[in-house]
Amino acid sequence: MTIKAIQEEIVDEFSMFDDWMQRYEYIIELGKLLPLIDEQYKTEDNLIKGCQSKVWVHAEEKDGNVVFTADSDAILTKGIIAILVRAFSNQSPKAILDADTDFIDEIGLKEHLSPTRANGLVSMIKQIKMYALAFQAKN
Amino acid sequence: MFDVQKVRAQFPILSQTVNGKPLVYFDNGATTQKPEVVIDAIAQYYTEFNANIHRGVHTLSQLATDAYEQARNTIQNHLNAKYNHEIIFTSGTTAGINLVANGFAKFVKEGDEVMVSALEHHSNIVPWQFLCEKTGAKLVVIPMNEQGELRMDKFEKLLSSKTKIVAVNHISNALGTINPIKQIIDKAHKVGAAVLIDGAQATPHLRPDVQELDCDFYVFSGHKVCGPTGVGILYGKENWLNALPPYQGGGEMIKEVTFEKTTYAELPHKFEAGTPNIEAGIVLGTAIDYLNGIGFDNIAKYEQELLDYATRKLLEIDGLKIYGTSENKASVISFNIEGIHPYDIGTIIDKLGVAVRTGHHCAQPIMQYFDIPGTIRASFAFYNTREEIDIFVEAVKKAQMMLT
Repeated sequence: MTIKAIQEEIVDEFSMFDDWMQRYEYIIELGKLLPLIDEQYKTEDNLIKGCQSKVWVHAEEKDGNVVFTADSDAILTKGIIAILVRAFSNQSPKAILDADTDFIDEIGLKEHLSPTRANGLVSMIKQIKMYALAFQAKN
Repeated sequence: MFDVQKVRAQFPILSQTVNGKPLVYFDNGATTQKPEVVIDAIAQYYTEFNANIHRGVHTLSQLATDAYEQARNTIQNHLNAKYNHEIIFTSGTTAGINLVANGFAKFVKEGDEVMVSALEHHSNIVPWQFLCEKTGAKLVVIPMNEQGELRMDKFEKLLSSKTKIVAVNHISNALGTINPIKQIIDKAHKVGAAVLIDGAQATPHLRPDVQELDCDFYVFSGHKVCGPTGVGILYGKENWLNALPPYQGGGEMIKEVTFEKTTYAELPHKFEAGTPNIEAGIVLGTAIDYLNGIGFDNIAKYEQELLDYATRKLLEIDGLKIYGTSENKASVISFNIEGIHPYDIGTIIDKLGVAVRTGHHCAQPIMQYFDIPGTIRASFAFYNTREEIDIFVEAVKKAQMMLT
């Protein structure tokens, strides 16, 4: 599936909810599906700055694609990073770099999350793109 | 008679809704809301007598200068300072501490000691670290116990003739502990050390008497006492303020400037270089008058009731732990719920209209002491109510349900 198609799928899922509580509960559920980062990669280097909670993201290359794993010590943040990993993992570096992130607005995350959290979200996306850029440069 | 509903009616923002819910504002430790008299006074200043102060001969400038100096007198009376030139307008608590810490380089040398406490806000740690880096002095820390109280026994042992200044807060922003500053001041003076009290968290709740306390410096911020942001006060004893070098150079703070030599203005102007935040200074006087009109005895009594009620209600929640359990506490409750990140709770209860602070509260050493990433901090003001505490406690319970 392309990033665009996955993003549309996520937007579809979120459109089923009509209040913030259901949306948050779903984010919490999605957090449980996050491919967890190996403990050895929970390092200072993999820690994303700009979040009140801790978020680690690790990337590996597999058959030319970038595969992300992550974790967070906060449940909501874990859900958010899970959504991003679902959208961007297993894609080519170029596809990740070219992808836009408008779907974040469409699922109401930016609007519904507090400013500090929104900043964390921006940092997470930036970090994911940085990994893609690094792998692209390497090849 | 203190009537909270009458008080609330004076704060327009309190009738707002947030996320479709009535606002419950429990982030008063970060900043307080403003009563109508304060909001009106800001508009009045710009509508009626905005002009630069201490310079012009024209009428508006005179009016603005008079109002600004009147505010200084109001604050002098409020703190019971001996002279009005002991009241220095700053941009806030942080600026006041930096001014003193910077100037203290004159009195501190290698091998001397500068003392802070384990309960300090970063703004009462970092300026002293700068001082120590600059002079080679050593930063010494008064430890605390599990209740979040300063260890006075250790404090006495740490004091010596090497101690040049002790900088502690009157009330801890992260835990709410009211520190025994009178004892600290007296003991520090016995070894010849000066004492700076960070009153940022105390001034919203009580009225300090700087002569009775005998502190050398007392600093606080306008925005935490129902006044505007961008203004604060540094009280300093006359002899200390005369001895300290000027902090910033510029207009207002000079007597005479030639390219060879500049002589400085008298107190308080020596420390007030440049055009100050005139409006905020004037309106800080309005805010202090407003609080005194309500009465600090009424405020303290009512806030203590809120604190006791909220503490009791919160402790009914399974797995909830309060950090800062001193007998002497201001209306601040820092807590966590077992197994849940404070940030998750803060985010969920915001959706329910409740504003609290989450995180390390700019007091990371305290979080390190308890080995936690942060806490949820609810801080109450005299305009909060029991009903709001009920809404808050229900919101926390709902968040707990969602997050476990």
